[in-house]
Formats: sequence, structure tokens, C-alpha cells
Amino acid sequence: MTTFTINGRSVDATVASDTPLLWVIREHLKLTGTKFGCGSGLCGACTVHVDGQAVRSCQVGAGQVAGKAITTIEGLSANNDHPLQKAWVAEQVPQCGYCQSGQIMQAAALLASNKRPTREQIVAHMDGNICRCGTYPRIVRAIQRAAAEG
Amino acid sequence: MNSHIKHGTIDTSVSRRGFVQGVAGLTFAFTFGGAFVSKVSRAFAAETAELNAWVTIGTDNTVKILCPTAEMGQGVLTSLPLILAEELDADWSTVKTDFAPANPKVYGNPHELFQGAQITAASVSVPGYFMPLRIAGAQARRVLIDSVAAEWKIPASELSTESGHVVHKKSGRRISYGDVAKFAKAPAQPPKITEADLKKPSEFRLIGRKDIGRVDVPSKVNGTAKYGIDVQVPDMVYASVLEAPVEGSKVEILNMSDVTQIKGVTKVIPLPFGVAVIGDTVEATRAGRNALKVKWDTTGATAANTDSEKAKEEYAQKGRDPKVDAIAEYKVGDAGATLGTAAKVVEATYWSEYCYHAQMEPMNCVAKVSEDGQSAEIWTGSQFGALAAVIISGVLKTTPDKIKVNQQFLGGGYGRRIWPDAAVQAAVIANITKKPVKLLLTREDDVAAARPRPMTHHVLKAGLDANGKIVGWYHRLVSENVDAVAAPPRFQATGGKDYIGWRGLDQAHYTIPNVLAEGVREIRGMRVHAWRGIGAGYNKFAAESFVDEIANASGKDPLALRLELTKDHPRANAVIKAVAEMSDFTRKRGDGRAVGLAFSDYHGTFSAGVAEISVDRSTGKIKVHDYWVAVDPGLVIQPDHVHAQLESAVVYGLSAALLEELTVKDGAIQQSNFNDYPVLRMSDLPDIHTRIVATDNPPTGMGEIGVVAVAPAIANAMFQLTGKRLRHLPMSAERVKKALA
Repeated sequence: MTTFTINGRSVDATVASDTPLLWVIREHLKLTGTKFGCGSGLCGACTVHVDGQAVRSCQVGAGQVAGKAITTIEGLSANNDHPLQKAWVAEQVPQCGYCQSGQIMQAAALLASNKRPTREQIVAHMDGNICRCGTYPRIVRAIQRAAAEG
Repeated sequence: MNSHIKHGTIDTSVSRRGFVQGVAGLTFAFTFGGAFVSKVSRAFAAETAELNAWVTIGTDNTVKILCPTAEMGQGVLTSLPLILAEELDADWSTVKTDFAPANPKVYGNPHELFQGAQITAASVSVPGYFMPLRIAGAQARRVLIDSVAAEWKIPASELSTESGHVVHKKSGRRISYGDVAKFAKAPAQPPKITEADLKKPSEFRLIGRKDIGRVDVPSKVNGTAKYGIDVQVPDMVYASVLEAPVEGSKVEILNMSDVTQIKGVTKVIPLPFGVAVIGDTVEATRAGRNALKVKWDTTGATAANTDSEKAKEEYAQKGRDPKVDAIAEYKVGDAGATLGTAAKVVEATYWSEYCYHAQMEPMNCVAKVSEDGQSAEIWTGSQFGALAAVIISGVLKTTPDKIKVNQQFLGGGYGRRIWPDAAVQAAVIANITKKPVKLLLTREDDVAAARPRPMTHHVLKAGLDANGKIVGWYHRLVSENVDAVAAPPRFQATGGKDYIGWRGLDQAHYTIPNVLAEGVREIRGMRVHAWRGIGAGYNKFAAESFVDEIANASGKDPLALRLELTKDHPRANAVIKAVAEMSDFTRKRGDGRAVGLAFSDYHGTFSAGVAEISVDRSTGKIKVHDYWVAVDPGLVIQPDHVHAQLESAVVYGLSAALLEELTVKDGAIQQSNFNDYPVLRMSDLPDIHTRIVATDNPPTGMGEIGVVAVAPAIANAMFQLTGKRLRHLPMSAERVKKALA
């Protein structure tokens, strides 16, 4: 059993310690906003925050997050009003939308440490997150908008 | 009740029962779709007509409109209901949209391509449903007006509508649609609506608006949008399937007891498509799948000896052989004779490799089969849920109406989610377990189970007269036939023409007096399939590269040549002019950069693209700095969708043009994940500039057109930059280096 907090709530996960955090979040805790894409840390669809850091949840065993604070897309804001979520709507970013939870969580970690990232910093930070619908131009615009509007 | 499309007129009926069924409101049940000639539709025709509603008006003013096709990012969950809402004169802020069930009798696409099949493909959702949805909306509006006229005892001709209200201008009275729903009566005969009764484009309040957001966007920024992979149902077990690397292989499991000993694994079942590991948790089934040791016997599997590298010599030989069986796809005049007498003949051959869709959501499905095995329910995101129902009903030996398809959002489609392989597999497994099953492919299994774009070989020849004018054009495509795999009834009906794989072989919008485009069939056993842009993707790569080769051989400018070729086709001509202007095409680029141009048409949409590139000669990497694209899709329903689809298609096209390649050995795909099948990432994103060249033609599709011109535009830019011609997709760093050496 592993104990950690997720979106501010304490949970006891009765899983083997090497169970990928992704499956604990999605299938055991039923927080399905976090997505499975590749299972190998190559696409970023499963990105969540562990103690504020963007982490690929498919690459972390449940045992590694004991006592830590996890945030998923469901816990990013109280009323879907994180500046990035507002900017994502304003720029009409998502198409199929499948990768967008991971994109937003990855971007949120950037803005938490760098309030005014340059375009180059945005691209470098987001390059591990694949979007097959090609919403990249709008992702860049949305991050810039969120940075500007706070 | 019934309805028919006869000779182009649409006669819809309003269901009295539909009114009763509406929850606290007024429900309109319309049906359209015409002759349901496809196999899938026919299977449904036997079922008793249990018609569902298109639009329901609640007494609380909520207008619920159903969307018949899949939402995979192209925006139909917004744009199709919006078309109906326009003619209904609904208040968009009170409209709620949802997916219609899989029932082609009611919700099939009447477009000539699908003839009533309920499928989301080929960029024809808006074109196919546009007129029927308008008429359905206008009919619903007329019922509201007539009901108010009867209630208020005034002539209907004195009533009009304004954004969710029926209005009597003379007296100043207004009543909301929700209040009308409280007393509205269904007429014995449905109101007759003709095209003349519809709004003029100048009267549109919703169509063409730039400020209407997509209805699915809010749920896609907070994690609440439900995809097939997110579904959980009570008592559900999990399944992971180790896919047979070669379809038709027989499996021998070498370590069954190792796998069944894994905690949480309950069953290991060899099946015709692979080995299913069933268990209590997703992690248990994955551990089981990964622990499996198996031997595949590929005896009798068609693809067993397929090798994408070795096959090339045979493809090339078929490309050269004048006696090989070839079927003409497009013929004008006598290209053969012209090539024999031309002053000059230009020739070139081109290649493209197998491509994988790489949709972000790996294939999956939740299936539940009844105790008696005679009915089933599935939850999945599918481009062709109705086909899943037909195939599963065949597996269970029941009828398609006994298969309930719960449509979810699609985590990418691009053609991959037309074929319902995961849904059928899940149903097969659920029929064994008799418990609901969530089948979830790993990325590796998803790649192994790829339905790729075919590998292709092209032979092109052009005859020029003494003035360098093109008098003959010949294009031979050698490839596996997609229709043979994905649409066998059509493949048979057309005598072996490959509708999907041969799109883009024609030269319908270039004035060339003699043209022959033909296909030569390869049979390699690969499960080739529709891939965004279908045949146009590789056929236009060859053809549009070749146009530049002709320009070079005849001393013409590529832009001037295309403007001359399209002089009889104003819409084609206009998009080429537009993109040339946007990109300042004629300006010489310095700085180690050059531009290339390509034109494309696809299912009635016109587009042209220009790429500005540079190349790193040491690594062979092509960098696309800017990409300009102009499109004429006729009437634009939602301008922002058009821009978004262009951006999307350009990224998808760039990725395919530069990076994407599946290789096959002994019938098995050699790649496994994004490490060996890289796709375009943000760092390779060019500045994309989009422009709509709107015309008042009927709306045509936008999902795929933007993909097509990308690869030839880049190849043409490379030639301008280096004098080297890249004739093989993808234009990978390795191939570029080789070309520059």
C-alpha cells in the first residue's frame, strides 16, 4: 500500500509499488483526465505534477510517490480557471484533445517557474509532448497568452 | 413513418411518437439518407424503424441537436448541429449537442460517396449532411410557427422567428421556443420544405461566425472529456492482447503457467488475432502480456514473406512492364500515342513508404455481451461504429440492432478508427468471459496492429510539344489496394479500382489534352488502410513534384506553369494565385533558403501550399521555416475550424513528409513506439500562414486537404535550393544526405 495526496486528497493505493502511477491514477482512482499514450515516457500524454514538478506518470512507480503531493488536470484549478485553461479556451487549442491534459500540465510547470517564458523556452519545455492533431501553434499562443494575462 | 430522397428532393417526416418521447418538450424525429445501398446500411434495413430524434426542444428552451458523426478533432460536434440550428433560428447559447446512436437508417450520410452509411471519413460530414440538416432545421421551425399561428389564431404568414423566439411583428408579441414546446402539435403531414424556403447566405446568423467556440473545448481542458479509454463499467475486467505480428499466424504459447501465475491474471486465451491476457487490473494484464513467450506459425499468412525493402525491385519492375495488368483510373484523349510523338518526353519515378496513423489514443474498447450471447454493448470512439455493430453481430450470430454502440470522443482518428478491430476483439473476449471487458492495446501492440498507408511506387511521363507545352501525361501507380482490404464490396463492384488508394491520380483541374492514370495491384497481405488524405497524399506528391520537373525541363517557372495549367479552372487558379501572393513566391530567398509550391484538390476542395526551407547539409535535416496555405472549401461553416484544420493537416503532412516510415520484414512491422517511429514535435514547427479563399459554392471538406500539398511543396523547394530532386517519401535526413552527396 502506498499513501500520497492527489489533488489535495489523501489516498491509500493498494497496489504493488512498481505499478505505474498512471494506472493508479486512471484505473484505480478513476481520474481519467490523465492519458495513456506510449507507456515509455516518449509522448507526454500522462504528465502530472509530483510536488510541483512535471512528471511522466507512466514512468513512475506508485512506491516512488509515497508521501508526495500529486496534481492531475482535475486538480489544476478549482473552477477550470487556471490561466492556461482560460487561454486554451480562448485560443481554441484542442482538436481531438487527447494529449491536452498532458500539454497543460507540462505548460503549468513551466509558468510556475518562469512567468514570462520566451518562445524558445516554451518550445524547449514542450518538445516532449506530442500532439498528432498539430495544435502546436495554438499551444504556443495559449502559453504566451496565459503568461501575459496571468 | 418513413422518408426518402428521390431525384434530389428530400421528403422528411415528423414523428408523432417523437413528440411524445421528448423529455418535457418537443422532439422532432427526421430521417434522411436515401438509398441505403452499402452493405452496412442494408444490414440495418431489416430492423424495425425505431427512429431517433435529431432535435428536441425543451420547455426550458434547451435545444438538443444530435451529431451523426464522430468527433475526432475536426469539430463536427459543433458544426453539424450549428447547420441545423441556423435554419431552426435557434438561440445558439441554449443549444446542447450530443452524439447520435449508430443507426444509419436514421443518421447515415447521404453523400454520394457513402450513400447512407454512417461513417466519419473522407472529409464529407459537412458536405453530406449540409442540405439535409438545413431542411430538418427549417422543417422544425415551420412546425413551431404553425403551432403558434394555431394557438394565437393568426395567419402563419404574419409570424417570423428571431434567435429562439417566434415573433408577431404586427402586435409585438414574442414567444420563446421553449414556451411553444408546451403546446406545439405535430401536423398529420410534415411541412414541405424546399431549398427555396431556406435562408439566403446573407441571412445566416450562425454559419460563418468567427466567435462561436467549439462545444467540446471546455471539457478538453479540464480532463472531463470522455474517450473510449476512459470508460469503466461495473464488474469490468481488463484484457491486453499480444497482437499477431502477421495477420493469420497461429500461436503457440510457450510459458502459459508463468503468465497465469502473475497476481491478478485470471485467464490467457489464444485467439485468431493474438493472445488475450485477462485480469483484474490493467497492470496485471500488461505484466502478463509482457511475460508471454510465444511462437508464431505464419504458414499460410499472406504477408508472411512481405519485406518492404526487397519488394521494391518487384514494384519497380511492375512500374516498367508495359504488359502488366493495369486498370485505368483517369483517361482523357490518348496519352500513349501522344507520348510516342512528343517533341520531348520527361520521365521520373517516385516512392512512398508505409505510414502509421500514430493516433495518440491507442486502440481500445469496452465490451459487454449478454449471458445468452445474443446482444452486446460497446463503448468506444469509432469512425464507423455502425460497422463495428455489423461485424460484432456476425461474431455473435445476431443482428446489428442488438449491438449498442456508445460513441465516445476519439483520441485521434485520421482513418485508423474506421476499422473496428479493437471493438470486435473486445466483443470476442467479452463473449468468452461473460463479464464486461476493457481491451486496451499497448503502444507497441497498436503499432503492430497498424493499418498503414500503403507503400507506393509511381512512374510518370509527360510529352511536351516543340513549345514546351504539355500534350500528354502518364501516371502509373504500383501499390497494394486499400479498397481490397477496407472496402471489399466497392472493390468488387468497380472491378478492382481502388477508390481510396487511387485518389489524386486524376488531373481534373489541369488542362492537359491527353492523360492516362492507371493502377497496378500488388498483393502483399498488409492491412493497408485509409490514412488522412488517402491516395492523394502520395499521388499528389508524385504528380506535383513532376509538374516542377516538367517546368524545369521546359524552362518554365513552376508558378507560371501551374497558372497556365489551371487557366480553365478558376477556383484552382485562384488558390494558387492566393498562396503565391501570401508567400511572395516570386521573391528570391537568400540565406540558404528557397520556396516550393504545390497545388491539390481533394473531394471538391481546392488548395495550394508553399514551403520555405533550408537544409543542414551535414545532417541532411530539412528545416521548414514557413508554410503558407490557401484553401477554397466553398461556403465556410466555421472559419476558425477551417484555419485549425489547415494548421493540423500541415503538421500531419510535414511529419509524414520528413519523418514517418514503417518498414516490414517477414510480414511484421519493425517499429514499436515513438522512439523508432518519430513524429513531428514542436521544435520542428514552421510558422503556418492560412488563408480562406471563400466562394459561394456548396461547402466541401476540410479535414484532409491541407495534408496533400506539403510533401511536394517541400520537395520542390529542395530542388530550388540544391538542384537535387527528392523522389522518395519520407524525405528523411538519411535520404537527403544521400541525395546531396
